[in-house]
Amino acid sequence: MFVHALKINEKKCIGCMRCLKACPTEAIRITGGKAYFQEHRCIDCGKCHETCPVDAIYINQDDFEMVHQFPHSVALIPAVFLGQFPEEIRVSRIYNALEDLGFRHVFEVESAANIYAEAKEHFARENPDIRPLISSFCPAIVRLIQIKYPSLVENITPIKAPLDISAIYCLQELQNRGIPREEIGLFYVTPCAAKIAAVKAPVGEKRSIIDGVINMDSLFNRTYRKIKEQGKNYIPKQSRTINLSSDAILSTLTNGERRICLAKNSYSIDGIQNVMDFLDKLENDEVEDVEFLELRACDQSCAGALLSYENRFLCGARMYARARKAAERERNGEVPREREMDKMKDYLLENSRVDAVQPRSMFVLDKDRSKAFEKMERINKLKAKLPQIDCGLCGAPTCESFAGDVVINRIGLSRCIFYQRHLERKNDITRQECLAAMNAVWGDDRMKEE
Amino acid sequence: MHQEYTVIEGDFVNAGKASSSVKKTLKQLNVEPGIVKRVVVALYEAEVNAIAHAYGGKVLVDIDSDKIKMVVADKGPGIPDIALAMQEGYSTARPEVRDMGFGAGMGLPNMQKNVDKLNVTSEVGVGTTVEMEVNF
Repeated sequence: MFVHALKINEKKCIGCMRCLKACPTEAIRITGGKAYFQEHRCIDCGKCHETCPVDAIYINQDDFEMVHQFPHSVALIPAVFLGQFPEEIRVSRIYNALEDLGFRHVFEVESAANIYAEAKEHFARENPDIRPLISSFCPAIVRLIQIKYPSLVENITPIKAPLDISAIYCLQELQNRGIPREEIGLFYVTPCAAKIAAVKAPVGEKRSIIDGVINMDSLFNRTYRKIKEQGKNYIPKQSRTINLSSDAILSTLTNGERRICLAKNSYSIDGIQNVMDFLDKLENDEVEDVEFLELRACDQSCAGALLSYENRFLCGARMYARARKAAERERNGEVPREREMDKMKDYLLENSRVDAVQPRSMFVLDKDRSKAFEKMERINKLKAKLPQIDCGLCGAPTCESFAGDVVINRIGLSRCIFYQRHLERKNDITRQECLAAMNAVWGDDRMKEE
Repeated sequence: MHQEYTVIEGDFVNAGKASSSVKKTLKQLNVEPGIVKRVVVALYEAEVNAIAHAYGGKVLVDIDSDKIKMVVADKGPGIPDIALAMQEGYSTARPEVRDMGFGAGMGLPNMQKNVDKLNVTSEVGVGTTVEMEVNF
């Protein structure tokens, strides 16, 4: 039911608790000396991935060889991909390298940024009572709201992300040229885990039309190697100009959506903790008259995404440089390439809606309120017995989450080392039982004898 | 389930502590989001009132499986005319409180709007007690 892109390699995991503490939704537990996800809580934000010292947390991707199975393979790349490369490598050079790697077509997903913005505006006009509207752009944020802020799900614009709109366009465009669907392979090059989860298990849609997902960091390696191999004197098979509009280039960065939206009172907030701080206030009605919120899970938005190899500020700076050049071309009357999409605009707008986002609260203790009430009283009683220092040695991130695990998942209370000492003092626990409780969390071989 | 919080005069920094904690509890109990919001908005208003107008007080919360009772009791100047205070826009807030974005005279009316039962008792020079109830 919950599809996640983030996986844990048990062999590599050393059970060090860094991810346990970093997870903003308390979705990780340690059992048998290894970290595990509580799948219903994970939003694929990737905070755990960032903090793992041994690269045990990885992002599942499709086999690159799949690209060669389709005569018309399309690389749907995010603009931040181009921000990974040193400035002296021109955009057209990167496009050529991608083609030489086996993609028949290369398409930047931000090409749909303006259509996405227009779809949001239509929704805003049709629903004047729903305010603030929260952008559906960042899939980790959509999932965060579903599980942690269920009262705000209806504020999320039920609009497909630019990536999906671009995929629809590419598919339609190729089919219009008479190419059958089975010859077309749509590959999304993803900068983060949340986007993969969004493709594999889209919110508000049955299934996505994307055929495969490729991680941005691994494609960067392949592409950069290709460019190096080809050397300075490489002559491309075809020369071309790629002119995405400045609005489109900047749309994935912080403030990118807000700067082109019509709302007067709007905020762009990046970084998951910043987003949660704001949503807490919003949920209490402590901030009033907000019309639009652009919320992104990563610091510096997609430039700071998990699979961004380059430093987030350098990547952002390159994108700004590219946008400045694009703006200059627009001033000189050049029409951006993405305007080709306008001929299909009505079709794309019509197909950009998804069903309303549904809540799936991680907090609910039981659907039956009287049972939930009973569980809560037990949790509160347990909590009072725990040391409240959130040491994590029980394998849960906080004393409170541990109390919840004891009541809901029937985990032994003796996993708390403080409670264990208390039981020992009363002679209510044997040394053998103490060891068993410890091993349950930390594994059998953590303290091997020399 | 009983919860208690203390509010201190002028401590705007901590306004919302009680309502945030209550919010989390109600989410765990699978109370409908719309109802959670009403409870939180009403309680937050009452907290701010006790901080802005009185010399602090206590918030007492009792949660059952079908309703929540909230009592915000302050020691303070009291309200001479409760009917007048219930009118939208009527405020006796000091200018410095208004400068902080509070005291627009929407507190009691806003509480009224969001709860199923509201009872305000007050004695001038002693204090005010706001009792609220919301059914789930």
